[in-house]
Amino acid sequence: MTDSTSFTNQKFKVIGQRVRRQDGMDKVTGRAKYGADAVAPGQLVGVILRSPHAHAKIKKIDTSRAEKLKGVKAVITSKDLPDYTNGNRDLLSMLENCMARGRALYDGHAVAAIAAVDASTARKALKLIKVDYKILPHVTDVDAAMQEDAPVIHDWVRTIGVEPAPSKASNVSMRSEFGHGDVDAGFAKADVIIEKSYKTEQTHQGYIEPHACLASMSPDGSGELWVTTQGHFAYRNWCAQLLGLDMSKLKVTSSEIGGGFGGKTHIWMEPIALALSRKANRPVKLVMSREEVFRASGPTSSTSIDVKIGATKDGRIVAATSECRYQGGAFPGAWAVIGAMTSFACYDLENVKTVGYEVVCNRPKVAAYRAPSAPMASFATESTVDLVAEALGMDPVDFRILNAAKEGTRASYGPTYGPIGIGPTLEAVKKHPHMRAKLKKNQGRGMACGFWFNFGGQTSCTINVAADGTVNLSVGTIDVGGSRSSLSMICAEELGISYEQVRTHIGDTAALAHNDMTDGSRGTFASGMAAIIAARRTKEVLKLRAATAWEIPVEDVDWQAGYAVALGDKHSNLEPLSLADIAANTENTGGPVAGHNEFVADGAGVSFASHICDVEVDPETGSTRVIRYTVIQDAGKAIHPDYVEGQFQGGAAQGIGWALNEEYIYGEDGRLQNPGFLDYRIPVCSDLPFIDTQILEIPNPNHPYGVRGVGETSIVPPLAAVGNAVSNAVGVRMTHVPMSPPRILAALEAEA
Amino acid sequence: MSGAHVSTTINGDAVQFACPNDESLLDALRNRVGLTGVKEGCGTGDCGACSITLDGRLVCSCLVLGVEADGKEIGTVEGLADGDKLHPLQENFIKHAALQCGICTPGFLVAAKVLLERNPDPTEQEIRYALAGNLCRCTGYDKIVRAVQATAKDLRKKSKKKSR
Ligand code: FES
Ligand code: FES
Repeated sequence: MTDSTSFTNQKFKVIGQRVRRQDGMDKVTGRAKYGADAVAPGQLVGVILRSPHAHAKIKKIDTSRAEKLKGVKAVITSKDLPDYTNGNRDLLSMLENCMARGRALYDGHAVAAIAAVDASTARKALKLIKVDYKILPHVTDVDAAMQEDAPVIHDWVRTIGVEPAPSKASNVSMRSEFGHGDVDAGFAKADVIIEKSYKTEQTHQGYIEPHACLASMSPDGSGELWVTTQGHFAYRNWCAQLLGLDMSKLKVTSSEIGGGFGGKTHIWMEPIALALSRKANRPVKLVMSREEVFRASGPTSSTSIDVKIGATKDGRIVAATSECRYQGGAFPGAWAVIGAMTSFACYDLENVKTVGYEVVCNRPKVAAYRAPSAPMASFATESTVDLVAEALGMDPVDFRILNAAKEGTRASYGPTYGPIGIGPTLEAVKKHPHMRAKLKKNQGRGMACGFWFNFGGQTSCTINVAADGTVNLSVGTIDVGGSRSSLSMICAEELGISYEQVRTHIGDTAALAHNDMTDGSRGTFASGMAAIIAARRTKEVLKLRAATAWEIPVEDVDWQAGYAVALGDKHSNLEPLSLADIAANTENTGGPVAGHNEFVADGAGVSFASHICDVEVDPETGSTRVIRYTVIQDAGKAIHPDYVEGQFQGGAAQGIGWALNEEYIYGEDGRLQNPGFLDYRIPVCSDLPFIDTQILEIPNPNHPYGVRGVGETSIVPPLAAVGNAVSNAVGVRMTHVPMSPPRILAALEAEA
Repeated sequence: MSGAHVSTTINGDAVQFACPNDESLLDALRNRVGLTGVKEGCGTGDCGACSITLDGRLVCSCLVLGVEADGKEIGTVEGLADGDKLHPLQENFIKHAALQCGICTPGFLVAAKVLLERNPDPTEQEIRYALAGNLCRCTGYDKIVRAVQATAKDLRKKSKKKSR
């Protein structure tokens, strides 16, 4: 019972309330400390020299003049980062991405770094480094990179997943395939077949806080790193491996994180900061500029996708295929795999086949971006689904309901679904007043569905009871959206105490056993599950302490609503003991009270959402405004409804930006032309309407409280929801994201 | 680069610092005065995370030189609360969950305060345009706008009470 993670269907006291958040006070007063806010005595300022070329051989780097500049304390190049990776190609790629080794692979690739006494000295020194480049041919477009005559970026890349294995290097690092049934037989039965190709441009997570860290290495091989990250344990492990350190000797503390959305799940310049510190023997603070964030952190893939769907007259999809080509940046990734897995996850299909191609290009190494890879696949699928419905003369919502996956459906990517929320979100769309609101001239409405897996993973946590009966919960998952408060609520619920009695902290890498990153919507799901078990174990210790105090067998003690209660008439003289009573007396009853849990949090429930979007398009300029937006998503159980709504709204806003405006623009020279918020325009307050939300709660059977991850799914439907709305408004099918004014005008012109 | 001695008033206190002529006020506030509540999101005037008031005017401190602050009055997020009493905007940002990661929050609070001082009864659209210089990537702005609306209402109630 203590360790069971099955759904309990219990009545809640704390869960579901809108309590005051724990980090609120620090964040509204400016006290909260982020990556760039830490200071160490004697700290130096680190800066990085980056390649201006998309692809170039580095013939020579001359750092001698920079080294001689007064105030410069260390200059490093790849020579100062010896290869400790032992033939592990993924690790070596990571190291090479942090600093070029003989070849610059994209505009912005780091080639050298400097630590100096202040920023202006460091910047001056950067100009004194002389790099001799030989420019090589480059490729930045995903389809171009797959061509036979494309410049091959790595001579060691062979396409995995094709038979026979290719003997020649190419930019396609992997082919993956999913599905079941016989798609050819399915298409043969179809009355309507729609086949269409789509493109989506590269976008950035756009977190407002740039990457930042403070690194301090000591000559004895130990070190500390203060860093903004979604996963300090992973950062610790990677940095230690790349620098040849013992993992246990590098202590990584996570700062408050100013947004990540997947972009802070990879190391970029942290090993550089540590290497600079090691060479200079002083702490080094390294903060990226916004331009560096755009050029040299990890945006998401640009893609090119073909979808084909066949259906019979009665509205059943009989076959569906997709081919997903995902650009992963300068090193092999596994992004198309996820695109291929998620393409048709919303539907119940007899015959389905999806294929993914991972493509290497001269762009920064791609990182996760909120439900990584799913929004693009969903854009292609959900646009095509609308076209099929139209061809059949069916209402697009009814058509989706008819084909939606349900409990028992074999998912297109393999497993069989348990209880899921796609059907209920679609029914909720149908009933929603938004669907019946009148539209005016030049306005259009669209809707779309989205799916995300969610993830559990390795998790550990500790509950410590203080002498006054208040409680600390230490977790190892970074708080990106209010999870500390949600986890305090869970801990309070389980211990039967008030929310105010619990305070949750993020433990550093020395304080807790390994924790996977806050990604895959796992923060509240996995740490919450771990906290429930740790709290149950804490209760066992509390009962033991009470039994010792009472001198009765522990079997006679129960834990009820925050009190130890002696059971049975023979103990009726014993007054219940509160948590505070027990905590005050631990010295005499067996010692301090704590509870732990270390496990792999299995059973993350998949999550589904359906979004409705109204837009108004100006046919003269092609400019588009979202005028109404509704998010309907299954949360399993909303621990803190405000934060769940916040996740829904934030994801939708990011998706709207992606759909309408945001894109990496590369010139012919392979250089990024818009590395700043002025030209890479994310939605501002005046661009958006209020974003309505509806939380559905279809319990996840594998979590005690029924919780599913909620953080990511909300970015999946917007591309297609906006795309369908724009297409309906202008009467032309939009197939290229973002649907920026020039693209909309071009589409209108092509049609005219 | 030569430097200058700068005398300012920050959040009501007299503060002096020395900084090079080419240093931004943002860097001076963060690195010399220690006010790290002022955030840098871009350094180019595009995100508003570094918003402060300079003689009551809303500015991006990354676009102002430290030396320009000489003789001026600066207001930052650190000066919003009155001792242990939060400013109603701070209260409402917490109450309405108008922050997630919180990196944009100091800038929004300062910008919203300037808005409400000028316009105690703004429409939704006026709020959205007044805050259009502040980027938030987490919230979709929904709860931020609601928190500002709630604060405007609270403040109007308060001033009505006072005038009675
Ligand atoms: S840091 Fe000043 S506007 Fe972004
Ligand atoms: S709360 Fe994260 S950027 Fe606004």
